[in-house]
Amino acid sequence: MAAQPSSIVDEPTNGASAAEVPAEIHPDVALVERAKAGDSAAFEVLIKQYERQIFRTALHITQNREDAEDITQDVFFKAYQKLDQFQGNSKFSTWLVRIAVNESLMRLRKRKTSKTVSMDQDVETSEGSIPRDFAEWRPNPEQNFSQTELAEILRKTIAGLPPGFRTVFTLRDIENLSTEETAEALGLSVPAVKSRLLRARLQLRERLSRYFRKAPEDSRDAMRQLK
Amino acid sequence: MNCTDFLAKLTDYFDGQMDPDLLADVKAHLGTCHHCEVVVDTTRKTIEVYRGSRMYECPEELAERMRAAVMKRCFETGRLPDIEIKAKKPAAR
Repeated sequence: MAAQPSSIVDEPTNGASAAEVPAEIHPDVALVERAKAGDSAAFEVLIKQYERQIFRTALHITQNREDAEDITQDVFFKAYQKLDQFQGNSKFSTWLVRIAVNESLMRLRKRKTSKTVSMDQDVETSEGSIPRDFAEWRPNPEQNFSQTELAEILRKTIAGLPPGFRTVFTLRDIENLSTEETAEALGLSVPAVKSRLLRARLQLRERLSRYFRKAPEDSRDAMRQLK
Repeated sequence: MNCTDFLAKLTDYFDGQMDPDLLADVKAHLGTCHHCEVVVDTTRKTIEVYRGSRMYECPEELAERMRAAVMKRCFETGRLPDIEIKAKKPAAR
């Protein structure tokens, strides 16, 4: 079953009840209303608020800077075109992230024409679902690497995750969306998000352990392989 | 509670979404299982190191360029009347 969201109408999803919808009106709703009425400044404020989050999300999913730039522009333009479909049932930011995920996965599909890319890809594998590495890490292990080395380690490590896991981890743990918001943005159930998040976290942990574990020889070997 | 039970609850444990009885069971397990303790510590560190990283920053120059491109496309739809007014000003000089 395809779990990828196909609509960008912000209907309550995944079993979310009306009771879960915040009663207070978010300030973004007023900005959206002004933008709908043709107020460009209001729409520009919305872009400024979320452009970095959307860019990072697209970059995490596609792992390609040019694609992320294009996607960020497309997301805000599509949002502008579909503003009438935003009814305030979800946060405006969650609605944007949902569009960004769709656009990013579509871009991955175009890049990998022979493979299906969706939120479901590779999530049925058992790899990484059970911890195998029980080595302790050094205290503050990231301090053993330069900023550039660390960024490369983190980038290569997360790039190795299936897109479905990478996306859940990005939204939940890097962009700090709640589990419910992540589920809504991805068109998944809350249990599905929790399951994928667990496996994403465990797989990243196993892979980072090569660099961060206490035995320094191992981490140096890992760095040589990285280069 | 065994390691498999604990693992199944790991996401809720990190998210602080556990009732007190279950949390007590989890803490009791962690007190006796070094492997699970390591998994918790290193998984927490995994999250922290990604959350604290600046691997995908968006420089202001790039943000401004993307924003300008979006606003231009929005203007071209003709649905933003005040952008239209601003855009016409330079042409009138």
